Amino acid sequence: MKTILNGKQMAITIDRLCHQLIENHLQFEQTVLIGLQPRGIYLSGRIHQTLLKLVPGAHIDYGKLDITFYRDDFNQSKTLHVPSETSIDFSIENKKVVLIDDVLYTGRTIRSALDAMLDFGRPASVELLTLIDRRFSRQLPIQPDYTGRTIDALISQKVRVLWNERDGNDEVILID
Amino acid sequence: MSLSVKHLLGIRDLQRQDIELIFQTADQFKEVLQRPIKKVPTLRDTTIVNLFFENSTRTRISFELAEKRLGADTVNFSASGSSVSKGETLIDTVNNILSMKVDMVVMRHSASGAPHFLAKHINVPILNAGDGINEHPTQALLDAFSIRERLGSVEGKKIAICGDIMHSRVALSNIYCLKKLGAEVTVVGPPTLIPKYMAAALGVNVSYDIREALQWCDVANVLRIQLERQNTPLFSSLREYSLAYGVNRQLLDSLNKEIVIMHPGPINRGVEINSDVADSGQSIILDQVENGVAVRMAALYLLAGKKSE
Repeated sequence: MKTILNGKQMAITIDRLCHQLIENHLQFEQTVLIGLQPRGIYLSGRIHQTLLKLVPGAHIDYGKLDITFYRDDFNQSKTLHVPSETSIDFSIENKKVVLIDDVLYTGRTIRSALDAMLDFGRPASVELLTLIDRRFSRQLPIQPDYTGRTIDALISQKVRVLWNERDGNDEVILID
Repeated sequence: MSLSVKHLLGIRDLQRQDIELIFQTADQFKEVLQRPIKKVPTLRDTTIVNLFFENSTRTRISFELAEKRLGADTVNFSASGSSVSKGETLIDTVNNILSMKVDMVVMRHSASGAPHFLAKHINVPILNAGDGINEHPTQALLDAFSIRERLGSVEGKKIAICGDIMHSRVALSNIYCLKKLGAEVTVVGPPTLIPKYMAAALGVNVSYDIREALQWCDVANVLRIQLERQNTPLFSSLREYSLAYGVNRQLLDSLNKEIVIMHPGPINRGVEINSDVADSGQSIILDQVENGVAVRMAALYLLAGKKSE
């Protein structure tokens, strides 16, 4: 087991990602944030909170999206996936959507997320933000627009992002 | 997490965790049904046959909508106008349909145990949509789901099931489901419509006084009088039944609390329930119907996922 980011580094990285978002979206008038269930919502929650502090007076729509029903491995997967909550109580029609997930690996989750999101409307554009990008392991042509840290990891290794709210501390670890 | 059963034949076979998993999944499908596009592609490579050997409006439409909103292909079969009238057996009928590459079966039959019999002979998941006077599991699930939605939980709640208990598969499935979820159940109706030994066999209270039962309960599930299943007269007239056991506004107003009213449909207005009750704010009858689609989507999704394990 190896630490990729400790709590302090994670906080700095998330701050940096927020500043990059502000660079492109300024007041967030036409921008909405969507975190992916189940593990991406801790990151999207932090980013939403941080942005509200950094951009005083801004109203930023923030939703959570579950992709379980859009997976492409329903009949191949050994275990049945239990769905989590989806809550998008605003229109994404003609909005700039920022999809947020913790780890980008094969790209299949994001593919499913794009499908799921289109059932809510037709956004003007979609960007992808991930805390960890496991490069060289993509199975689909999907790349992030904002990346916390790019890493090289073997297929046999696992990347775990731990969050204070759920796991008791903030840390990104690589498990052999 | 997955269901402990391969088929949904009855609530009797389910564990409490199974019921809770179905509810948890149904919550998410309920959200799907509020979206601009009320459809997900999950079961797009699955074909489901709806075998209805007995009449149905709600259950059949509800199942078909649930299947379509999951992206499945559906085939409908009704016994009238089919080769069943030429003398084909149940197993032959079903095997012929399955040989056309059908992946799941939803079945309603007037004979109790028909889906259980079928489950021994075919190897695709079967959902019981009502078998004779035995069980109607998805109805019980949507009833309990609707109680949970209205009152926050089912655990510890007092539920009165009123009317024709003897001929009701809804009653039996409801009793199993509510007991497994930790509710207290009273069945109430005329002695001729309540089976003997019910209290001992199923752990429910039995009452013959509708007012007393309504005063006791948080929720009253009023059942239809099933004249089509009654071979001998069990009460003197519908009018007398209505006077003694009908749920009307006057009766509800005489209680010192407001209870929730449910009915599985179809309603015989003016017999077991009056319009001033069925259409009031206390009634969640149409919520039950709405929840039916989400609960059936959950059951289909979880059983289809079981198939691939």
